[in-house]
Amino acid sequence: MEGLERLRKVAEDPLAYGRTLKERRKTVLGYLCSYVPGELIAAAGLHPFRLYGTRRNIRLADAHLQGYCCSLARGVLEEALAGDFSFLSGVVFAHTCDTMQRLSDIWRIGGLSAFHTDLMVPVRLDGASSRQYLIEVLSRFKGELEKWQGRSIGDGELRAAIGLENDIRRRLGEIYDLKSRFPGIISGGDLFSLSKAAQLLARNELSSLLARLAAELKEKTKSALPDGKSKRLVLAGGFCDQPEIWDAIAEAGGEVVGDDLCTGCRGVSTLVDEQGDPLEALADRYLGRPICPAKHRGLTGRGEDLLTLVREKEASGVIFLQLKFCDPHGFDYPCLLDCLKKAGIPSLLLELDCQSQAEGQIKTRIEAFLEMI
Amino acid sequence: MEIPKFKASGKMKEIMTTYYIEAKTAREAGKKVAWITSGGPVEPLIAMDVIPVYPENHGAMIGAAKMGVDLCEKAEAMGYAPDLCSYARADIACAPTSGGPIGGLPAPDMLICCNNICGTVLKWYEIQARYFQVPLFILDTPFTHKTYTPEAKSYVLAQFAELIEFLESHTKKKFDYDRIGEVGRYSLEAQRLWQEVLDASANRPAPMSAFDAFFHLALIVTLRGTAKAVEYYRILLDEVKDRVARGIGAIPSERYRLLWDNLPVWYKTRWLSDKFASLGACLVADTYTSAWCGSLAYIREDNFLESLAEGYTRIYLNIGIDQMAREVIKMADKYAIDGLVIHSNRSCKPYSFGQYDLKRILGEERGIPSLIIEADMVDERQFSQAQIETRIEAFIEMLAAARQTG
Repeated sequence: MEGLERLRKVAEDPLAYGRTLKERRKTVLGYLCSYVPGELIAAAGLHPFRLYGTRRNIRLADAHLQGYCCSLARGVLEEALAGDFSFLSGVVFAHTCDTMQRLSDIWRIGGLSAFHTDLMVPVRLDGASSRQYLIEVLSRFKGELEKWQGRSIGDGELRAAIGLENDIRRRLGEIYDLKSRFPGIISGGDLFSLSKAAQLLARNELSSLLARLAAELKEKTKSALPDGKSKRLVLAGGFCDQPEIWDAIAEAGGEVVGDDLCTGCRGVSTLVDEQGDPLEALADRYLGRPICPAKHRGLTGRGEDLLTLVREKEASGVIFLQLKFCDPHGFDYPCLLDCLKKAGIPSLLLELDCQSQAEGQIKTRIEAFLEMI
Repeated sequence: MEIPKFKASGKMKEIMTTYYIEAKTAREAGKKVAWITSGGPVEPLIAMDVIPVYPENHGAMIGAAKMGVDLCEKAEAMGYAPDLCSYARADIACAPTSGGPIGGLPAPDMLICCNNICGTVLKWYEIQARYFQVPLFILDTPFTHKTYTPEAKSYVLAQFAELIEFLESHTKKKFDYDRIGEVGRYSLEAQRLWQEVLDASANRPAPMSAFDAFFHLALIVTLRGTAKAVEYYRILLDEVKDRVARGIGAIPSERYRLLWDNLPVWYKTRWLSDKFASLGACLVADTYTSAWCGSLAYIREDNFLESLAEGYTRIYLNIGIDQMAREVIKMADKYAIDGLVIHSNRSCKPYSFGQYDLKRILGEERGIPSLIIEADMVDERQFSQAQIETRIEAFIEMLAAARQTG
């Protein structure tokens, strides 16, 4: 499966891949949040590229962000200050959390990107006023891209980009589904690489690569046995860039069969309606897709959705992966834990820091958790 | 020389006690209680006879009563991470235990959360809405990185209409559009008086310090829109003017004038106040207490309700760091400050992230040095007194040396 090799390589070193884009004269627009519409960016002829932060120690970013700021924001700023993002032509910040909004300010004031914009996605994702506002925000973003690139984004181009992104989502969904039914056909580590590379690769290349990979995996299922003995797990949380966690789970006899992660299924679930007005359709997807805890839509939805996911995937436990100092996830955790407890589903909370390897203690905790369930 | 206390202080205690008794006995009086964020639009509530209660004010009371650590630990036992906002942790822990200095806040009939101060309040209010099983209204005020866009304006205005519907439906009363005009006038008057009180510290010596302001702030937060607040700030303003006329300063000997950034360290205000005073340094102003007047610029009395929307969206914390730096520079000029004291507050990320850039900008544009104090507004475990004392002393020595060579 040469496609997998490509995905692994891109996921392992996104910056090296980013530099090849520059060599090929691509205009790359960086983003940090799954509420950024890659479709609009691609329709403008640009390459959307998610910023993943660094595993390096923080040195330069210390001059701007305190130690109690999350390691994702500090890591991305570190790379920006070190000049690692010289292949980026611009960056777009979606309104996410308090930390991201300040990171955007620091980035803008420091002149770290030639093009910089804020996509002011509403926090409320319920009600008619939020929908109207979100459509207008997307429309403003479209206008900014057009102005920057000195060209207009045609309806046809946007529809094509939406169609392509929907294809990608369908293929990813198919692969996640195959993995959950036949866990042996693709390793957890490769699933991680797939999720990550899917947010970096050129959309056309990704789409055809995923189509081939899905076909190959489907072929594999013919000789694969349905899952019998592995401990089936769901991962829940925000951003995670630590493939060693997937490896540790596999080593301890677990299989990741589903997730509610920003860098996993949450960001790529739910298709955009291809019939109606494209901007309205993009807005409607954001209003309806599984929610980030920095947004608001009802009071109990996240707990209910997590339980549904666990039941659909017939998982026997949940591992929460949360970045240390992440407020939205931190505040939701006790409520989600309570939902799981009431349903008798065991869980483990791992607080992560992008700059440290998930070794030793974390491995031991995963092993102990898997022994227990 | 002992500086006499403000006479208004006694009155403050009386007003706040009455206010909490009224809130605690609201049900008997047939009134509704709404919990609301400190930056939320309280005026429509007052016009509807709903009693506003402020969980953030509760957090400050918990901090000042030095009950923060115990309550934060209780919240941590409930599963809340120790690096989450200590106001939120302490308040969340109070609800099921009836803990804290007033035995928990009066239970709410509804919750009104405006996210113009942070994203934390959204999560905090969701948690309390689930706990108390009461309706939650969220007023989403888009962050103004650079400009207040027309779409943000329409969005906030539409939500003000939704807020009024929400209040009508939960109080079963029609909104009183005449009354909001009157409440609005009181609110503006109180804000103007409060700003005038703060402005008086531009005098040398400053008649009032930031530590005094932290105390007198309570009414502009909790009772703006009422006659009581207006009356209180008139009395306070008279006292402040009298001090100015007689040359009485907030501290016995004012040699250095400093500006405080971020929320107070509630459990150490006295210690910090004494420490700075002992070194001849007066915190003459702060970025926190003036936040309740920051929207004055956008408010028009002839269209109060509509201009509220803009005022509440463009408050100090809901703007970009560069705009905040402009405000700080204006204050530095107005109050003729010698240094900035930055409270890097682990509990308040939107206020604290960007402070290093603020420090740099103030240094570059005005040559004003800054002192950074790492602490937390309520969680005393984050306060290292010996280390902070050394840093304060070193900072004042540096100011003294600079003045000699200056």
